[in-house]
Amino acid sequence: MTSPVSRGFHRISRPAGADAGKLPPGQHVTGDYPVLSAGPTPHTPLEEWTFAVRQGGTTLRSWTWQELLALPAETITVDIHCVTRWSKLGTVWQGVPVRTLLDQIDHDAQYVLAFSDGGYTTNLPVRDVADGRAWVAFDYDGRPLAPEHGGPARLLVPHLYFWKSAKWVRGLELLDHDQPGFWESYGYHNYGDPWREQRYAGD
Amino acid sequence: MALDGNAIGGLLLEVFGSEMTSAQASCAACGAVGPIAETAVYVRGPGTVVRCRTCTNVLMVIARVRGLNCVDLTGLGALDVRAPADCPS
Amino acid sequence: MAGTAVRGRLSWQVATVAAVTEETDSVRTIALNLPDWPGHRAGQHLDVRLTAEDGYSAERSYSIASADGEPVAITVERLDNGEVSPYLTQELREGDQMEVRGPIGDWFTWGPHDGGPLLLIAGGSGVVPLRAILRHRKRSGSAVPARLLYSSRSLAEVIYREELNEYRGTAEVRYTLTRSRPPGWGGFSGRVDDTMLARVAWPAAERPLAFICGPTPFVEAVAELLVARHYPASRVKTERFGGA
Repeated sequence: MTSPVSRGFHRISRPAGADAGKLPPGQHVTGDYPVLSAGPTPHTPLEEWTFAVRQGGTTLRSWTWQELLALPAETITVDIHCVTRWSKLGTVWQGVPVRTLLDQIDHDAQYVLAFSDGGYTTNLPVRDVADGRAWVAFDYDGRPLAPEHGGPARLLVPHLYFWKSAKWVRGLELLDHDQPGFWESYGYHNYGDPWREQRYAGD
Repeated sequence: MALDGNAIGGLLLEVFGSEMTSAQASCAACGAVGPIAETAVYVRGPGTVVRCRTCTNVLMVIARVRGLNCVDLTGLGALDVRAPADCPS
Repeated sequence: MAGTAVRGRLSWQVATVAAVTEETDSVRTIALNLPDWPGHRAGQHLDVRLTAEDGYSAERSYSIASADGEPVAITVERLDNGEVSPYLTQELREGDQMEVRGPIGDWFTWGPHDGGPLLLIAGGSGVVPLRAILRHRKRSGSAVPARLLYSSRSLAEVIYREELNEYRGTAEVRYTLTRSRPPGWGGFSGRVDDTMLARVAWPAAERPLAFICGPTPFVEAVAELLVARHYPASRVKTERFGGA
């Protein structure tokens, strides 16, 4: 049975128009900023907050909130693409490039597993975070990142689907071998390139 | 968005073929028992995440992957579901 | 047969809009023609699926606003940034079609055999399933005592106000307004708190059955207050609608 059409119903989205070329396949532009999460919003006090780079059970280096904010930060304007098919163009963030953090560590890891308060994880090749395309972002749209959007700080990796931009990020685990994170373990693509529409494992 | 198991009654009906909001779920992590209706549910993301309200352990994850409901129940210790009323013979 | 009953609830049926009633500026009740509807319990909901001409589809859940035996109806609040609710509350008209699945949910339901006394606490559009409970209670002639405490931002936003006022004498309906106070207002003001519940909630010793429905923060705050008043958690049923 084919579903009957509901007269007059249509998706709400901004017409892509001039932005059409900037949209990966299967995406549409949203006017608002949907809040998606896999768990309750954590509330780690800033005095206790740290960002740690770990390997094999050892913390190689960690930064307190004050130490993170003291690092040179960048203001960037990027498009973000969620695997649930909404995209938001021209979002403005402020954050410390992950490259700045990893450059302070002597390592030869090939992969990272980003980990967050609440237990969320996501995996990435090291080169995708160490080459200037990833940030630990703490400001969105000129204001401190709100808790429901991942504040105080989230990972920002706009060249991949937005589930890779881990909210409430607390650090990176350096790995020799790739290890699937939360959504990757439940059937989502290991890498997640929106331009090749890598939504699910096997795409 | 933080909801409860009532919000995914339809999805659970699809996945299990049975009304599940009143099924009693035991958390494998902390042992808390309660109806699925009262679990903490997160929807509208890449998948649906059902968590124990007591300890936040993930009880169930349901991801819609290419038209298939992929269900992970590793966090569930036990699930007690009322059997449908017997049909008169 | 049980198997057929499950398949019936699982499959999508085509519903035709029979009537629309504007309840408030942003809330509308939609009565549906559902020829194969198996009946439902008060408190249950149904899933709606809308399909656009280009094949795009969206699904949402809505509490059933009517009692069993009445035409199936849902009450929808328009959310400003919503995709489905603006369509249902503004564009939709008699004769339009949608797909419906249900009824769904056996936990947040009440029938006379569940007893009482009943304490119903609604936050905003959370009143919808509780209204279905009150309608079912009235239709079944149940003598179970019932009280409804309905929290709304303003009087203008109270849904079903005339109908709720008609319960005077058979059920107690109390309102609390959180953002406005009309001249001469005799009801409560402000958020539901322990002082208010001390005046409205049945004592725990009477073994009341409570149903709380509304936005997540509202439901959780009120549930905590009732548990603090020694209501057993198993006698406090909650349904969270999300949002603030």
